[in-house]
Amino acid sequence: MENGETRLMEPVISIRNLSKRYAGGHEALKNVSLDINRGEIFALLGPNGAGKTTLISIVCGIVNASEGSITADGHDIVRDYRAARTKIGLVPQELHTDAFEPVWSTVALSRGMFGKRPNPALIEKILRDLSLWDKRKAKILELSGGMKRRVMIAKALSHEPDILFLDEPTAGVDVELRRDMWELVRQLRESGVTIILTTHYIEEAEEMADRVGVISKGELILVEEKTELMKKLGRKRLTLNLSEPLTEIPANLSDWALSLGADGLELYYDFDANADRTGVPSLLRRMSDLGIAFKDLATHQSSLEDIFVSLTTDRGGDGGRAAHRTNGRGNGDRENNGTSGRAGEAE
Amino acid sequence: MSVGAFNRHGVWAIYRFEMHRFLRTIWTGLATPVITTSLYFVVFGSAIGSRMSDINGIDYGAFIVPGLMMLSLFNESIFNASFGIHMPRFLGTIYEPLSAPLSAFELVLAYVGAAVTKATAISLVILTTANLFVPVSILHPFWMVLFLLLVATTFCLFGFIVGIWAKGFEQLQIIPMLIVTPLTFLGGAFYSIEVLPEPWRTITLFNPVVYLISGFRWTFYGSSDVAIGVSVLATFGFLLLCLAVIWWIFRTGYRLKA
Repeated sequence: MENGETRLMEPVISIRNLSKRYAGGHEALKNVSLDINRGEIFALLGPNGAGKTTLISIVCGIVNASEGSITADGHDIVRDYRAARTKIGLVPQELHTDAFEPVWSTVALSRGMFGKRPNPALIEKILRDLSLWDKRKAKILELSGGMKRRVMIAKALSHEPDILFLDEPTAGVDVELRRDMWELVRQLRESGVTIILTTHYIEEAEEMADRVGVISKGELILVEEKTELMKKLGRKRLTLNLSEPLTEIPANLSDWALSLGADGLELYYDFDANADRTGVPSLLRRMSDLGIAFKDLATHQSSLEDIFVSLTTDRGGDGGRAAHRTNGRGNGDRENNGTSGRAGEAE
Repeated sequence: MSVGAFNRHGVWAIYRFEMHRFLRTIWTGLATPVITTSLYFVVFGSAIGSRMSDINGIDYGAFIVPGLMMLSLFNESIFNASFGIHMPRFLGTIYEPLSAPLSAFELVLAYVGAAVTKATAISLVILTTANLFVPVSILHPFWMVLFLLLVATTFCLFGFIVGIWAKGFEQLQIIPMLIVTPLTFLGGAFYSIEVLPEPWRTITLFNPVVYLISGFRWTFYGSSDVAIGVSVLATFGFLLLCLAVIWWIFRTGYRLKA
């Protein structure tokens, strides 16, 4: 195989056994290994304090790692930091801006810092794409929060990074801007940029990501293709409240994946809602034939949020640790316990 | 595109950005030192100076010019350099130079270089202002400029350290107010230390600022309180000390990187 092709096959970011202990003793990251594929959109999910920002900060050179190694496009981020950092753009979570400076000069500064010669035409294009052109002479101080967020993105894009980190890109922005951001991220991906975004909006990960990683208490507990997760999202549970309790599932119902609960008063049927034949009508007919009556029924669709909450709040046993493998293939068979909750509000 | 061995675009971008900030507020930046210098000359030059005898054959008003320039140079160097690096820390924009392909040397060169330019420019404005009040002659102009740049670089490096050390804007003011200004006033800015009785004269020799002012005055008038070689060595010593501290800061990430 050609060297160029080999390079393209290699992960664009490779994190090995990364740990971070802060001076106060807090262990922010615990032996994290992760590969980011070239050209993908990777969403890193996790509650506040999970270690998402620490992970990004280490890759970008803002925080020192305690242990482990990272390469960006094949360059070690410590030994070969110049080459590595040239590839990386960062849009931090906080709106850190040169408040008293005009938009244009702060964006031009970013480009220069990353070793790129001035390119006013490119900066004009970026500002126009981000609807900032009219504000190019305005002091950042005078801009709205949404506009400041756009400036942060313009700064990161000004030096044409191959890898873009977006740390909570849509935190605190309105719906319209969020949609704009998503569109922008898609355009960037189409132009070949690899995008790693952290978010606590499950919706965002569902909308954008090719793969999803879940981080909790400094550990990467799941890395999974979004399509695999979507299969889980397609899982539904039919709950039938029986009129009379059953002691066991009748043999005549063995064609369906059934289970009993609530002392035999609830019958559960887990099925694939996306399948052509869900099996629900035939199950109900068979039950009618067998004289098994029910008082009520309900269906519950599992969501990524359910999985997220179950992973981050109730991590008993070894669940999810299989996902720690560096190829990013996570365990796809966690029990769907139908837990409900607002994971996003943990942040 | 690779950055290469030296990120000249990065250094230039930061330098230009810092200078732009200075130029944006140039009138307030220059008004303060010009007014302060004028006041010194009104007080020490006209009101008191006319009653003072010459020092080493130099008119008193002219004698204090190098001291006034040094006083301003110390304060402006520390202020500009500390503010230059403290502001990004305060605003949080420090994430960008830290994540950029810039070495510690390049970062210091850009921030300290801009501060040196500003402080030197202000000193030269003070020299021009002083010339309006008293006739100032410079015996060794080449050495004067060189000494000015050496002292500016040294104090800008020191200011850079202060800017990283300081946890807030109050702390930025502490070093210039509590240490540098008193040492300058007691370091022969307005008098020759030869006029001091013992033991004060000997005690004064422990004040490092004495060597800087004395050396700088030598470039003007060819006479000094201490040997010019000692002055240059003392300045270089302080410069190297500052460089060592900055090297340690970047090596450990002190108050820059967690």
